[in-house]
Amino acid sequence: MEFAELIKTPRVDGVVLHRPFMPTVEGTLCLTGHHLILSSRQDNTEELWLLHANIDSIEKRFVGSLGTIIVKCKDLRVIQLDIPGMEECLNIASSIEALSTLDSVSLMYPFFYRPLFEVIEDGWQLFVPEEAFKDLESMTDEWRLSEVNKDFSVCPSYPSLLTVPKDIDDESLCKAASFRHGGRFPVLSYYHKKNGMVMMRAAQPLTGTNGRRCKEDEKLINATLCAGKRGYIIDTRTIAVAQQAKARGGGFEQEANYAQWRRIHKAIERSNVLQEGLIKLVEACNDQSHSMDRWLSKLEASNWQSNVKEILTTACLAAQCIDREGASVLVHGTEGTDSTLQVTSLAQIILDPACRTIRGFEALIEREWLQAGHPFQQRCAQSAYSNGKPRSEAPVFLLFLDCVWQILRQFPCSFQFNENFLIMLFEHAYASQFGTFLGNSVAERLKLLLSQKTVSLWSWVNRPQELERFLNPLYEPNNLVIWPSVAPQSLLLWEVPLQMHEMPKEHMDCEISMC
Amino acid sequence: MEHIRTPKVENVHMIDRLTPRKSTVGTLYLSSTHTIFVENSEARKETWVLHSLVYNVERFPTNPSGSPLIIRCKNFHVYRLLIPQERDCLDVLASLTRLSRPECYGELFCFSFNPNLDKELREKAWGFIDLKAEFNRMGIPSNLWHVTAANHEYRLCDTYPSELFVPKSAFPAVIVGSAKFRSRGRLPVLSYFHRDTSASICRSSQPLSGFSARSSDDEQMLQAIMKSNPISEFMYVVDTRPKLNAMANRAAGKGYENEDHYTNIKLQFIGIENIHVMRNSQQKLIDVGELAAPSMSDFLWGLENSGWLKHIKAVLDAGVFIAKAVAEDGVSVLVHCSDGWDRTAQACSVASVLLDPYYRTIKGLMVLIEKDWVSFGHKFSHRYAHLDGDPKEVSPVMDQFLECVWQLMQQFPCAFEFNERFLIQLHTHIYSCQYGNFIGNCQKERRDLRLQERTHSLWPHLWENRAEYTNPLYRTDHSQTQGVLKPLTTAYCFKFWKGMYGRAEKSVASHQSPADCLNAVREESQQLEEELSAHQEVPRETDAGQETCPTEGEENFRGEEEDQQAV
Repeated sequence: MEFAELIKTPRVDGVVLHRPFMPTVEGTLCLTGHHLILSSRQDNTEELWLLHANIDSIEKRFVGSLGTIIVKCKDLRVIQLDIPGMEECLNIASSIEALSTLDSVSLMYPFFYRPLFEVIEDGWQLFVPEEAFKDLESMTDEWRLSEVNKDFSVCPSYPSLLTVPKDIDDESLCKAASFRHGGRFPVLSYYHKKNGMVMMRAAQPLTGTNGRRCKEDEKLINATLCAGKRGYIIDTRTIAVAQQAKARGGGFEQEANYAQWRRIHKAIERSNVLQEGLIKLVEACNDQSHSMDRWLSKLEASNWQSNVKEILTTACLAAQCIDREGASVLVHGTEGTDSTLQVTSLAQIILDPACRTIRGFEALIEREWLQAGHPFQQRCAQSAYSNGKPRSEAPVFLLFLDCVWQILRQFPCSFQFNENFLIMLFEHAYASQFGTFLGNSVAERLKLLLSQKTVSLWSWVNRPQELERFLNPLYEPNNLVIWPSVAPQSLLLWEVPLQMHEMPKEHMDCEISMC
Repeated sequence: MEHIRTPKVENVHMIDRLTPRKSTVGTLYLSSTHTIFVENSEARKETWVLHSLVYNVERFPTNPSGSPLIIRCKNFHVYRLLIPQERDCLDVLASLTRLSRPECYGELFCFSFNPNLDKELREKAWGFIDLKAEFNRMGIPSNLWHVTAANHEYRLCDTYPSELFVPKSAFPAVIVGSAKFRSRGRLPVLSYFHRDTSASICRSSQPLSGFSARSSDDEQMLQAIMKSNPISEFMYVVDTRPKLNAMANRAAGKGYENEDHYTNIKLQFIGIENIHVMRNSQQKLIDVGELAAPSMSDFLWGLENSGWLKHIKAVLDAGVFIAKAVAEDGVSVLVHCSDGWDRTAQACSVASVLLDPYYRTIKGLMVLIEKDWVSFGHKFSHRYAHLDGDPKEVSPVMDQFLECVWQLMQQFPCAFEFNERFLIQLHTHIYSCQYGNFIGNCQKERRDLRLQERTHSLWPHLWENRAEYTNPLYRTDHSQTQGVLKPLTTAYCFKFWKGMYGRAEKSVASHQSPADCLNAVREESQQLEEELSAHQEVPRETDAGQETCPTEGEENFRGEEEDQQAV
């Protein structure tokens, strides 16, 4: 398919661009296959380059022959374009609509993007499971790297290499996989060097209504416990939700069969509920009426802050079991691809100082999100402004970043990166020139040949000239476990991604130049 | 001393409600001025609670482990004690209840507080803030404004300062006539003069207009104020009350200016609620801060239900309106409420902070408080319950001003020389009665109490410790530091002030403060610099007679040193 067919009017002059907190710009609007570009053709004004893939929805308005298009982006920016001429405006609008809703992944910009920089360190090769396993091997010999999933037949959403207890053979793994939702059998997520305790993650067990059990599954997780020690299973769902899951073939670990484990239920919302929350939150933020009361009750009704609190609380609980109780932990929800990953990755940020460095955080995102099979493409297909019927969109990753921001705010000296780094990840998860967040699993990414055909986000971010703006000038490596406060008054609304203020550029510059 | 029934209780538990394992055991001492808790631990950590800061003491029924006692402070600290013997608990309760409610000024801590300063230094300290110099800084007196002796010996208005600045064109008879037409004689006088536009902020109380009364003197007074700003053709009268309240006052022979009688005024109501509404609202807010393990919904509902942030927004809105009129439109403003000592002080001082970068400095904020609050008769002793008195007079008026400044600091982190700690310290001392500055309800009362001879001034004390109160992000050359601040006042810009209201539990305290880190880095580099210059001085001495290196070069070198520090 040719993009040109979709572009009815490739350029319009005299277009006025309005952006919040920025001066208006008048210039020429151009549409390309992947971008909406507005240039004033003057040296000192910033040009707008907007990926069509970033556009969540548009609105058209007409006053006389002056048309206005309001472009609402997935990264929650809203911009306004005033376009002279009704026909031009309609053409532009329909082209944007068509170009921003292309379904085929292979038409996405990362497949067309050619970097203007030299790739020194290929991000695709940066975080391979073998390397992570080498680190683990230096600490313990209790684990092995299994190739049981090498053709992705045991679990399509897992990577080909998985870290499992040494004493469990591949055959047992296959049996355990058949007992877990989506084949996601328990695998190692984190090894706590300080006391040798581990965190594992999985999907829910398929106990169903008649209480099925699987000896191999029990053996697998018991293999991670020291003699006479108990472990904790953290189910991210409430007991009621977990009970209901039984009717659909899911369920939770029965005490009788998992005698060495104590199960704790938490209440992290399912992804579709989170999406509704995001929509309500964004609506509240864009409400221009200045009444105080309505703002707070709308914020409350969005449940956004409650979600942040619950996710952080669960992560703290997991970390506490490991560090304070000296117990191993298994975390799962339903599918094991959303709330599970929020909890396991945040717990690592609390426990492991390495995750608070830039490299370490990138590795964490690779390990616990990309390779662990968080379905980025499905979750980030649309955002808060979409008019389309929601399918499986959800701000799971945004909530994770929000939680990281909360910890970063409480420990401003313990992170090598700053808020801009989190914002950058949020933006690239929704629309990017890089291939990193395309696809829903390692298997899909291999099939799309992303590592050959696209550039990795890490290849770009890790260049010293880019890295500079993501560095936290206050960073002082801190080898301690950091316990965030989850009291409501300690958790703030993360305003920057919600476009409620200007990016705090000046502030940051100021901070940096101070030091 | 006669009020202390038991000076010492042993084996008292200090409870941390959120993290019980952080609770400690120690000995409780009662002195004539403080409650002191000394931990039994090796560190012998001491907690001192000033009696005058105690808001209330509450006892709970005795249980097997002892008698619980909660001390709540006016600066929102809460101390939870468990006293082994019920009798001791009752004694502590009775003693503290009496000690925290002084019945006359003489009992206040400031009269016994003696920081070992000789007489001369004490007198000098009281001259630290000079309001005449402050008006000079604004360019007053000028060819249009001058000082009037009309209030000499407080004969015109006993709650105003003796020196008042008024338009030169206002004749003495007009001044006297205007005072007669204003509630409690609080006539319109200058509060702030904006040099860039020649527009001024004046303040007064409400006019005694009732339904039909008028005063040609008062009308001439406003005319004179308007004319003192040569370029503008009208002036604003900002009535900071809700319009309904202002109308209700007419029935009592008070009210607001009739636009038909005063030529060229525009009346604007802002809608800041009265002291009773504010008092109740703050109490609800305090309750929210004290909730035990609230859910996010409990917290947000509680916050909304208190209405507190709505009131803060109203005060800031008033300031924004006035600042805009003065700086952008170049129009003078007369601000009043009912008596002109609460909402008026809030509105004028918030507007001044927005307008003038000087008030965003440590010294400047002291000057502003001294001018708009202390000298103009804000009733500190009534509002902050320095003495056991009418609870209906108590209201967190100053708390709200300090919070407005804090909210602005959140939006403009580089614009203020001081930090949050400075505001909290000010807040504490407004209530503490440790220094004489805020004792009494007006200048005349302070003079009659001879406070300058009998007590000490807070300002030099704060100034000496200013390193502790400095915002490391502040730079005089930063764009935020210059000119007028234009804050956003959308509802979501107003935050719960955790540093102030989130202090009921010790363990919720924030973990790391970026400002403290920056300060530490700065201090360290300063030390290194000093060391460096000490090293540089050695060769200088040996090559006596040689030219020392030029200052400019030295500064460059210093700059580099600082850069390396950060890396």
